[in-house]
Formats: sequence, C-alpha cells, structure tokens
Amino acid sequence: MIVRILGEGQWEVPDAAIGDLNALDDQVEQAVTEQDEAKLSQALAELLSEVRTIGTALSDEQLLDSDLILPDVGSSLADVEALLADSAEGLIPG
Amino acid sequence: MAGIFQRMSLIFRAKADKTLDKYEDPRQTLDYSYQRQLELLQKVRRGVADVATSRKRIELQANGLSTQADKLTQQAQKALEVGREDLAREALTRRSGLQQQLTDLQAQHAQLQGEEEKLVRASQRLQAKVDAFRTKKETIKATYSAAEAQSRIGEAFSGISEEMGDVGLAVQRAEDKTLQLQARAGAIDELLSSGALDDATGTQKDDITLELEQLASTSEVEDELSRMKASIGSGPSASTQAIGGGQAPALEGQPVQQAPAASTDYQGQPTKAAQPNAGDLR
Repeated sequence: MIVRILGEGQWEVPDAAIGDLNALDDQVEQAVTEQDEAKLSQALAELLSEVRTIGTALSDEQLLDSDLILPDVGSSLADVEALLADSAEGLIPG
Repeated sequence: MAGIFQRMSLIFRAKADKTLDKYEDPRQTLDYSYQRQLELLQKVRRGVADVATSRKRIELQANGLSTQADKLTQQAQKALEVGREDLAREALTRRSGLQQQLTDLQAQHAQLQGEEEKLVRASQRLQAKVDAFRTKKETIKATYSAAEAQSRIGEAFSGISEEMGDVGLAVQRAEDKTLQLQARAGAIDELLSSGALDDATGTQKDDITLELEQLASTSEVEDELSRMKASIGSGPSASTQAIGGGQAPALEGQPVQQAPAASTDYQGQPTKAAQPNAGDLR
C-alpha cells in the first residue's frame, strides 16, 4: 500500500502492517473527536513515525496514487478538520 | 466511522476526477494538467522566496532586540556602579521583557525555517514529478488513441494531481504562516520606528540613560564643588595672610594699594562659588 504523508512524500507500506497503523489512526481520530490538541499531535507523531519506520520511501520520479493519506506532523486540530471537511465520508476497506 | 486515513485519501481523488471529466478528449487533460503543474512550480518557488524574506527580516529584528538587551545589561551594570540599585532593577526588568520578545522571535524563526525547508523539498519533489509526467504525457499522446489513452491518463493524472494537491496545501500553509508573521514583524518595526520601544530599550536616550547621565554629571558637579571648596579653603587663609602681611606694610604707608588688591581677591571667591551652583541647576 502507498501512504502519503502530507508535505513529506509517499511511502510503500506492506499491507500486513496496515492493521497496526489503523490502531494508531484510531487514536488520531479520537483526538479529533475529543478536540484534544495535545493528544492529536502526540498520536500523529506516533502514527507518522511508524509509517516512516515500516515503509520504504518512494522516489520523487514515481507518479503513483496513494491509497492512504495522512496529515503532516505539525497539523493542528483546525488543519485536520479543514482537510476532513474537504473529503467525503469514506469507508474502511477491509 | 472511517479513520483519518481513509477519509483523507479521498480529498485529492475527488478533485482529480472532476478535472478529468471536464474534457472530452482525455489527452487535453494532460496538457491542461501540465500547464497547472508549471504554474504551481512557479508558485512554490515564489513561496520559498517569500518565506526566506520573512525569515531574514525576523533575523534582523532579533539582532536589533539582542543589541538592545545587551545595552540594558550595560546600563544595569553602570547603575549598580553608581549605587543606584533601583535603576539597575528597572533596566533588568526591561531587559527581561525584551528577552521574552526575543524568545518569541526565535521560535518564529525556527518555524519559518521549517516551512522554508519543507517548501524547498516540496519544490524538488514536484519538479521531479513534473518531469516524469511530461515524459509520460508525450508517450501517451504519441502512442495511444483517445480511447486507449483514457486509463493510462487516469493513472498519471491522479498521481500528479495528488502531488499537486499536497504541494498546493504546503504553499498555502506557508503563505498563511508568513502573512501572520509579517503582520507581527510589521508591528515590531512600527514600534521601533515610532520610538515607543526606544524608551524601553535604549536605542536612543531613554530615561535610564538620561538618569545615568544625570548621575554622572551630578557627581562631576560634586567633584568640582569639593575641588573648589578645597581651593577656597586655602584661599581665605592665604588672603588673610596677605591682609595680615599687608597690615605691617600699611604701617609703612602703603595700605591704599594693598586694600583694593585684597578686595578683588575677595570678590572673586563668590563668583567661583556661583559656578557649581549653576551646574547644579543643569
């Protein structure tokens, strides 16, 4: 699976690892629901560093669609909410 | 509920789909998209330049503030040397206010530097992708019919438009941050040029400097006064001697010449004493 971290680029992450990422993703989502800025930045930092650790960075010349997109580590609650407002409600694949 | 992950992945795709639908011949989309990519690259480069300009401005301001903080430290030192602890305290209080501003500026500087690095990296990434896209675009246009090109274009196009969406967001965010910081930087510049900060920071003659100067001139006056007092203290005894010495020759019939000399000398003394008084008023 290809994961984009906004402002940083794309990573190829083994499909098997997505389950682990989903757990971290839930924490991010929870932080947004609870409007907890500190929790959000901590959860985001964990999630992103996990992606960077288990993933392989794609080279700049590759033109590929990402399967998943993540906000960058400096994103505030307002940033994430603005991004989510732009997107339609999606469904978790699998 | 879908995670952040899934929901965000739809952001750019929806926009890409909309653009693709606009053209009957999908190959037109390629040319249109390529134009947009070049425009965006220009915009990113301008964004980098803007951020760099703001960063330099903050560096200048920080330098100015730290010079003023140093000056206040020196003032505090000077005030202590002349035994004015109250003045020293005032100077140090002001310095801690400046220090706060300086810390803020340094944080902003770090933030801007981060934005600048991100944008530089983004423009490199976009450049590489734009180059890849151009190659792909020419291949698709040359090789495939409109119908065949459709699916190929979809791939290339959504890949690049996602990148453009990402970079576009980065530019927008950098612009927002830069604007905010410029507004603050402008406010500090205005304060500096209006002289409102000068009072507190000592770029020109603030009240601490004035008071220190006053102290210095007062002590000069005191020194001068005591020097004069000392010379006057020896003066009268000398003239008494002269008068006393003159009294003997007076008997010899020369008192008329001696007396005027003694009185001139005597008149001279109040005149000298008036000088320190005038200095006191200064």
